[in-house]
Amino acid sequence: MLAAAFTDFMQQVVSGLASGGIYALLALALVIIHRSTGVINFAQGEMATLSAYIAWALIAHHSWGYWPAFAATLVISFVGGIGIHTAVIRPVERGSVLRIVIVTIGLLVAINGFVVWQWSGEPQQLQSPFGTDVYDVGGVVVAAHDIGTITVALGIVLLLGALFRFTKVGLALRAAAVNPEEARLVGVRVSWMLGLGWGLAALLGAVAGMLTAPTVGLDPNMMAAVLIYAFAAAILGGIDSPIGAVVGGLLIGVLLNMLSFLSQYGMFDWFTEELRLPMALLIILAVLLVRPHGILGRPEVKRV
Amino acid sequence: MKTLLELDGVAARYGPVQALTDVSLVVREGEVVAVLGANGAGKTTTLRAISGTVSRTGAIDLDGKSLKGGPEAIAKAGVAHVPEGRGTFVDLTVTENLKLGAYTRRDRSVKADLERIAEYFPWMTERGGQRAGTLSGGEQQMLALGRALMSRPRLLLLDEPSLGLAPMVVREFFRIVRQLNEDEGLTVLVVEQDARIALRASQRAYVLEVGHVALTGTSSELEGDESIRRSYLGY
Repeated sequence: MLAAAFTDFMQQVVSGLASGGIYALLALALVIIHRSTGVINFAQGEMATLSAYIAWALIAHHSWGYWPAFAATLVISFVGGIGIHTAVIRPVERGSVLRIVIVTIGLLVAINGFVVWQWSGEPQQLQSPFGTDVYDVGGVVVAAHDIGTITVALGIVLLLGALFRFTKVGLALRAAAVNPEEARLVGVRVSWMLGLGWGLAALLGAVAGMLTAPTVGLDPNMMAAVLIYAFAAAILGGIDSPIGAVVGGLLIGVLLNMLSFLSQYGMFDWFTEELRLPMALLIILAVLLVRPHGILGRPEVKRV
Repeated sequence: MKTLLELDGVAARYGPVQALTDVSLVVREGEVVAVLGANGAGKTTTLRAISGTVSRTGAIDLDGKSLKGGPEAIAKAGVAHVPEGRGTFVDLTVTENLKLGAYTRRDRSVKADLERIAEYFPWMTERGGQRAGTLSGGEQQMLALGRALMSRPRLLLLDEPSLGLAPMVVREFFRIVRQLNEDEGLTVLVVEQDARIALRASQRAYVLEVGHVALTGTSSELEGDESIRRSYLGY
């Protein structure tokens, strides 16, 4: 009984880390844009969906191999992110935050409409690059796709961390995000850096989208729920903390699975899969009320 | 001495507020020049006009070439602006702040320059990993100066460096500025509310009054003339 419970527990942890890895990627994208532009990018989920469709179209219609399509999608998304910033965000950047928020909501609707118009709303199948194998590790059944997802998510996060931490452009990106006026005085082209931030966010979203599609099925609304979990992750971790976004993502993934696990064993037996999304919203609300700056964010201090 | 910076008939406004009406001044290579004047006289705006952070009319030449474009381009042309109120990246570490100073440079001697800066400010090496926001006000002002030096500026603009600092720290700051000027020929244009200390640190000075130059002279002339000190400099 206890051994079986432990196996179930581990199973939930592993699959929680896999979905959490995806939330982490998308949360990181939200944080990057929030730090530089000061808004939540509501189109982040649809941008990821569009990227996943591009990968799928390359594979299904143009018979590309998976990894070439993966790489091409990253490049297209990166350039597309910069393009979105230049074409629709930059013109309203100097206005109020509300204007940018409304533009991102418009972008959400526009991209969603474009995807349906281009590829119809029919669900499609994007394969997993890791296959459908499952491994039995001491009784714990682990899907190859989950292991692959965790590995890719962590790899991307580490690469991005290294970029921010150890490169000149990373330093400029951070400087432009935290203090644009000063950054311009030392010669940083802040508008380029903001564009670069959008490019990186789109790239992160592309990875999240391509990793999500194999498990939930590729359809125009597949990232809607993931985006809510990513919101919860970003807010839990601290909306301006990249590390917080990653920690928050993994926490949300594992936490929601823990509820499923506990409900199997009679605790929280009211909890069913349908309550995952409302639970994420509850977490957002609770964090905003109790600790608005999240686990790893710094409380906002305004100079007066 | 060669003219490094020349402002001719510079005017600037913030919306409906005319901050500068007609400012003309000259800074020669290797000089420390002070800009003095009361609050609202246009001292800060003069510096902002030079560094391109406020739009202006009139001519500004650096080394005979017109200074054009935004602050990024002007920084690249060799103007380092240390704005009022420290101007450090508080979320970044001391070393990161210094490295950002060298952002416009493409050469490989950045590391050597970090060591050169450390000779003036030894604590910056020891505390390189500390967040700038956790430094004292005086240390942040020194860091802002160190960061500006990392760009190997042809012209250093200092805006009100004494603001909010203890007198001892201010003296130390200006001592280093003077030393840089003497040892390395650094050209400085410094804006100060505290006329006494600025006149001691500079060779020449301009006094601004509601957006234009009211008078100019060598710093010792201005300091020695009691009526000027009383009516313009307030001490």
